[in-house]
Amino acid sequence: MIFFLCFVIFLIGLYCVIVKKNILKIVIGIAIMEYAVNLFLILLGYRWEGVPAIVTETVTQAKFVDPLPQALVLTAIVISVATLALMVSLCIRIHQRYKTFDITKIRRLKG
Amino acid sequence: MNLIPLFIAIPLGVAFILALLGKLKEVVSDLLAALSTLSLAILSFVLIGQLKTHGIFVYIVGKWTPPWGINLVLDGLSLLMLIIINTVAFLVIIYSVSYMKKFTAKSRYYALFILMLAGMNGVVLTGDFFNLFVFSEIAAISSYALVAFGVEAEELEASFKYMVMGSIASILILFSVGLLYGLTGSLNMADVGRMIQGKRNVLLSFSMTLFLAGFGLKAAVIPFHAWLPDAHPSAPAPISAMLSGVLIKALGVYALMRIFFNVFGMGLQLYWTFMILGCVSMIGGGLLALRQEDLKRLLAYSSISQIGYIILGLGCGNYWGIMGALFHLLNHASFKSLLFLNSGAVEYSTGTRKLEKMGGLSKVMPVTGATSTIASLSISGIPPFNGFWSKLFIIIGLIQAGHFVLAVITILASVLTLAYYLRMQRYAFFGKLREGLEKIKEAPSLMSFSVIVLAIICLGVGILFYPVMKIVLEPAVGVLQEGIRYSSLVLGG
Repeated sequence: MIFFLCFVIFLIGLYCVIVKKNILKIVIGIAIMEYAVNLFLILLGYRWEGVPAIVTETVTQAKFVDPLPQALVLTAIVISVATLALMVSLCIRIHQRYKTFDITKIRRLKG
Repeated sequence: MNLIPLFIAIPLGVAFILALLGKLKEVVSDLLAALSTLSLAILSFVLIGQLKTHGIFVYIVGKWTPPWGINLVLDGLSLLMLIIINTVAFLVIIYSVSYMKKFTAKSRYYALFILMLAGMNGVVLTGDFFNLFVFSEIAAISSYALVAFGVEAEELEASFKYMVMGSIASILILFSVGLLYGLTGSLNMADVGRMIQGKRNVLLSFSMTLFLAGFGLKAAVIPFHAWLPDAHPSAPAPISAMLSGVLIKALGVYALMRIFFNVFGMGLQLYWTFMILGCVSMIGGGLLALRQEDLKRLLAYSSISQIGYIILGLGCGNYWGIMGALFHLLNHASFKSLLFLNSGAVEYSTGTRKLEKMGGLSKVMPVTGATSTIASLSISGIPPFNGFWSKLFIIIGLIQAGHFVLAVITILASVLTLAYYLRMQRYAFFGKLREGLEKIKEAPSLMSFSVIVLAIICLGVGILFYPVMKIVLEPAVGVLQEGIRYSSLVLGG
């Protein structure tokens, strides 16, 4: 069920990318998709009433949450920050050149 | 001594140093970039001999054994890709020394370029799904920045389009990696491959679909091709050569091959999917290239068409089909980067990319004219150039697999290729010299050096196709034909 909701967020992001005309909104759509995937990864490792996966003298037999997806998500977040920063800076440059954020008016390439 | 990590470590380190060198003299960054890529190219050839005695190299990072830790795997297929990537990168760097003079911040350009190289080498070497994603992102992000390097209006637009499509592709790939992790609890390709053997369920098919869409987007196979004809022509010529010649293959085609042949295992449906995708891109790219007025745009559409050949050859699934596909991959890297570099030389000298404004350039630019003729003949499949052999092998593969209609279509597509390259040659290089172009000169010698070397590769591989086949291609074909036995080879046992 919760995975399904995660997929719904993903689809909302995809909808945003495909339908919206403003390039900043497209960037936001991509960010939403990235968050949906990150959430999905976190949920994969989640265990009900789990504890952090740190073995100490007192906690040995407990139910651990899976730590690997958390590490993956950290990496994925760093990558998505790089992508987002580059994208937003591209948007600024595009606005300098075209004086608009409207994707239907940014059309000098065709053929 | 183990050489494999150097392919990632050297470019990453050099890229970092180059980024710091911004203020120093240009010569320093020229030298550093050229030397590092030269050493990588030499290293990749050194590995041919080593691999022959060993069969497969597995490098374990940080002493964590494979199912838990990260490993780098070098086998025949990875080696083929390494040779292609690093050789082309070296020649392109030599070319950029002259070509990139008109841009400011050359050392930043080299830094991004070599970062892209690190990403591609990583993609080819890694044996781990998540690292595949990370390295492909490193290569992709630096390529987005490189496409926009000139910061003119068209370049920004192309880069934005490329970036949106590329990001969606990466998100799909990450999603799929997550699904596979949820299903198997492992990220190691070999381990995942062992666990999903023989199993078929809905989630597994869903993750395959996501991989196909994600890497298909990166390879620009036809339903996913929209970004390529904008991004490749807009970039500076050396970057176009790198993107078209190498990047779409390393990120797209290589990853598709590795994942579908070695991890999931090919089935009848997948073979048909590959063949249909390949056929559609082969014909579609060719037809679209026929009506282009812009020289670099024509070359970009032709890349889509040639990627179609490669995917179609893979879809045959037999020895000759796969051999043809891999051979075409090698050949396409040589002649398409040559053509893009030549288009850069033409743009450098004449200042235009429109075909109707050129004419008779062979008289004033003999080297560029001659090498473009060689490349055009190779790509159209005229013997004895290299393109002939790879197309012949793909057709033999199709006939062996019993797809006579597809074989005929492939031959027709080859005629189509010849048609648009003849058109390009006639407009740009043959015929009478157009007025106003008498004064232009041949491109600088460093630029000519790279294109001459690439032309020699085109001709040499064509004539000496048999030793090339035996030494470089056969191990790579073996890797793909072994299919899911890959996991037991890597994990040992």
